[in-house]
Amino acid sequence: MPSNRPITPSTLSAKDLLWQIQWDKEKCTLCGSCTAVCPVNAIELGVHRKRVVETALGIDKASSSIFKVYHGIRQKTDPAYACVGCAMCSLVCPNSAIMPLRTDEADKQIYHINRGGHPRSRGGRRNVPGGILDRIKFMRISMLTDPALDAGRHEFEIRTLLGRVLPPEESLQHLRENGWIPPVREIYPLIIGSMSFGALSPPMWEGLQMGVAYLNEEMKMPVRMATGEGGCPPRLLRSRFLQYVILQIASGYFGWDEIIHAIPEMQVDPCAIEIKYGQGAKPGDGGLLMWYKVNKLIAAIRGVPERISLPSPPTHQTKYSIEEAVAKMIQSMYMAWGFRVPVYPKISGTSTALAVLNNLTRNAYAAGLAIDGEDGGTGAAYNVSMNNMGHPIAGNIRDCYLNLVALGKQNEIPLFAGGGIGKTGNLAANAAALIMLGASGVQIGKYIMQAGAGCLGSESDRCNICNIGLCPKGITSQDPRLYRRLNAEDVAQRVVDVYLSFDTELKKIIAPLGRSTSLPIGMSDALGIDDFHAAERLSIKYVV
Amino acid sequence: MCRLFAITSDEALSPMTAIEALDVMREGHDGSGVGLFLRDLGGPFEEMKEAPILSGIFTHEGIKRLDSYMMNLGFMTKYKISFKLPKKPAAGVPKRDVYLVRAYEYPGDWEGLSFQELGEKLMLVRLELREMGLANQDMIVFSFWPDVIMLKEIGDPMTVGRYMHFDREDLKARVIMAQGRQNTNYAINLYACHPFFVQGFSTMTNGENTAFVPIREYLMSRGFPGYTGFQSDSEVFTHILHYTITKLGLSLPVYKHIITPLQDDDLEKHPDAVLLKQLKQSCRRLIIDGPNCVMGSLPDHSLFMVQDRKKLRPGVAGGRPGRFAFSSEICGLDAVIPERDKSKDFQPMHLDTAIVGPDRQELSICRQTDRLHHLH
Repeated sequence: MPSNRPITPSTLSAKDLLWQIQWDKEKCTLCGSCTAVCPVNAIELGVHRKRVVETALGIDKASSSIFKVYHGIRQKTDPAYACVGCAMCSLVCPNSAIMPLRTDEADKQIYHINRGGHPRSRGGRRNVPGGILDRIKFMRISMLTDPALDAGRHEFEIRTLLGRVLPPEESLQHLRENGWIPPVREIYPLIIGSMSFGALSPPMWEGLQMGVAYLNEEMKMPVRMATGEGGCPPRLLRSRFLQYVILQIASGYFGWDEIIHAIPEMQVDPCAIEIKYGQGAKPGDGGLLMWYKVNKLIAAIRGVPERISLPSPPTHQTKYSIEEAVAKMIQSMYMAWGFRVPVYPKISGTSTALAVLNNLTRNAYAAGLAIDGEDGGTGAAYNVSMNNMGHPIAGNIRDCYLNLVALGKQNEIPLFAGGGIGKTGNLAANAAALIMLGASGVQIGKYIMQAGAGCLGSESDRCNICNIGLCPKGITSQDPRLYRRLNAEDVAQRVVDVYLSFDTELKKIIAPLGRSTSLPIGMSDALGIDDFHAAERLSIKYVV
Repeated sequence: MCRLFAITSDEALSPMTAIEALDVMREGHDGSGVGLFLRDLGGPFEEMKEAPILSGIFTHEGIKRLDSYMMNLGFMTKYKISFKLPKKPAAGVPKRDVYLVRAYEYPGDWEGLSFQELGEKLMLVRLELREMGLANQDMIVFSFWPDVIMLKEIGDPMTVGRYMHFDREDLKARVIMAQGRQNTNYAINLYACHPFFVQGFSTMTNGENTAFVPIREYLMSRGFPGYTGFQSDSEVFTHILHYTITKLGLSLPVYKHIITPLQDDDLEKHPDAVLLKQLKQSCRRLIIDGPNCVMGSLPDHSLFMVQDRKKLRPGVAGGRPGRFAFSSEICGLDAVIPERDKSKDFQPMHLDTAIVGPDRQELSICRQTDRLHHLH
């Protein structure tokens, strides 16, 4: 570097970046695929000047030094163009000549991604790999009186309930007296959690819907999927497939004009209504769909002008407290569908979850409570919210479940857990652990993007650019040039694969515990962990 | 595995009848304990059907505390059975001070109480005694109920029966349930021994209930003091039976729908689908995950046997008008009712509840897919 070149505080070398491009000149064909595919323009054509010393072999000839040029790629070191590690360059390279490598020490770019005073925002999850769920073991193996079941051949009933379940005495009384019995859905305990139409690309959303429809209609698995707050395509609202959909209403109310107007034309009721008060990735913060992704279609479905940013408020602005929201909003949403559709709130994991839950227990309409832990994913959030805010899901679910047990309402208000389930790929084990801690079911988002569509994001801060609409796999982009990379049918096929393999794995967990007749909700005697304090906290066994 | 035998007979029988049945099935239990439940009593108790009978095991100190406690409440002893035991206990049987079977006169101020009120009070007295006994380790109380005697002891059933002279004339009953225990715990706690009892309902079980912890949590949160103990995962079967019949007002055939509801396809086709679906949802935490074979006795003197859905435990029902029995194995039936028509023996399967009513005239089978009668 010439000594007179200005060095600014944000001048970094490739070594200072989180992801460094390793490029092999020998293998490179100079095809240009990598620079074309890079979503963040981190690499560009490099024309490199190189001195070559040619040593003369004979005494009569003088050695010379000449300058040559060679072509290749160059990694930009401006933090605004820092490589995100997605490795699309490796994917498209015909010769495997290029690959991003993670830095071997603490990166320096983190100090500089706030130009113009804008703190970093991104998609993905908390950048902390692993978690307590993976450490929970299932150790009550039936070995004596009740030999383990055959996971492959035994009959299982893997179902859960979504809806307010009346206590038996009241249920019978209402049945006798023709009283109102709250709607209850019998569903599969693995739910595709709320990812909005807008956050996800059209083929991703369509693929998920097709996969869910196939699982329901061909495989007889009552799988449900929640919309997120971005509304729902009009044709879906008027189709029979709506029964597989949980419609979400959140603080921006995006898309609800369309939904309300479609009610008279709906052929079937939606599975349920989820009122989002918070989400694990950005607790206490609202949706953050940026203008890049608000194209004509998204604008039409959400009922907003094109190309404007859509930050939702953190809370429902028409309500001054969650107590009021619980009381009024739940009831209004029930009314909209003639009290035939369960309505439940979703909150972010928090130490105040018990207060919300206690409110719900006193509300005869609340159909459940979904809690999204700190490891929940999102399409867009401030990095600081994602990394530092929230509450781990395991302790939150356990506290809430034990609170319901103390009230005797553990069968009345189902709890749904979300946030980091399958974060390291152990979907069935994580889900089973949460169910045995007291969840009635689990919600997944990031996992289905990874397994269903090949999302590259990770908790090592890889990719995670869902927020700017440049998803290199076309999962969270609204740009047709990007989302045509994704085929909806292929996504649907993967969704089916994921569910079928999950089903087998879940059976492989519960069968050795001797369970098959009902989902082992709250079967905490089966769980153990090799951490004494975690065991105490979760009221499970400490095992070594 | 444990072995179960239950019999209902027009003629009052000695508990040794059931002990003999357990003895022929001894390959199926390890002789680590025996539990007896006697109802519809014969002998001297025939004349005092209303009097509550306290059954339990006491130390000398415990008896003193019992007497002062009961006198304070106003109970007067009406009749008692004294077990005269050899100085040296039989092999494998612990030495006890007193086996107590004692009928009481109700306190004067309990007069005029309804049967239900009496039932609540009797249960609370039993639970209080149990607590007192646990605190000082001087009393073990099995039951306190009119026309019911329960005896439990560690040891081989036949050895215990002979040692305690169960063949005595004043110990006879028309409904007898007996369990030969296969111990799966390290220490034997008599409160973990079957049969279990709450307010006139008693059951005993062969098998393991893997959904025990969530069921226990659910029962404990019902706000009913009788749902307590839980030293055995099988105790919840008694509580669920009590809950189904007394708290929900449902009939015995519905019991099976509570503990092992039909799966969705069968449920949709059932004539009572609406009710049963509602029950399946609202009583979901009472679904057992067996395998279990449950035998039980109801206050109206009917006797039943029900099988879990997923894996069956051995169980056969047979007999003749006037005398029917349920047994873990056919050899148990052969030992006690050899004269029955064996071709009519019935082994209840995953959908069946076998019931012998109070008249002891026939064995009826309730298939879970059948329409329910007299629901409420």
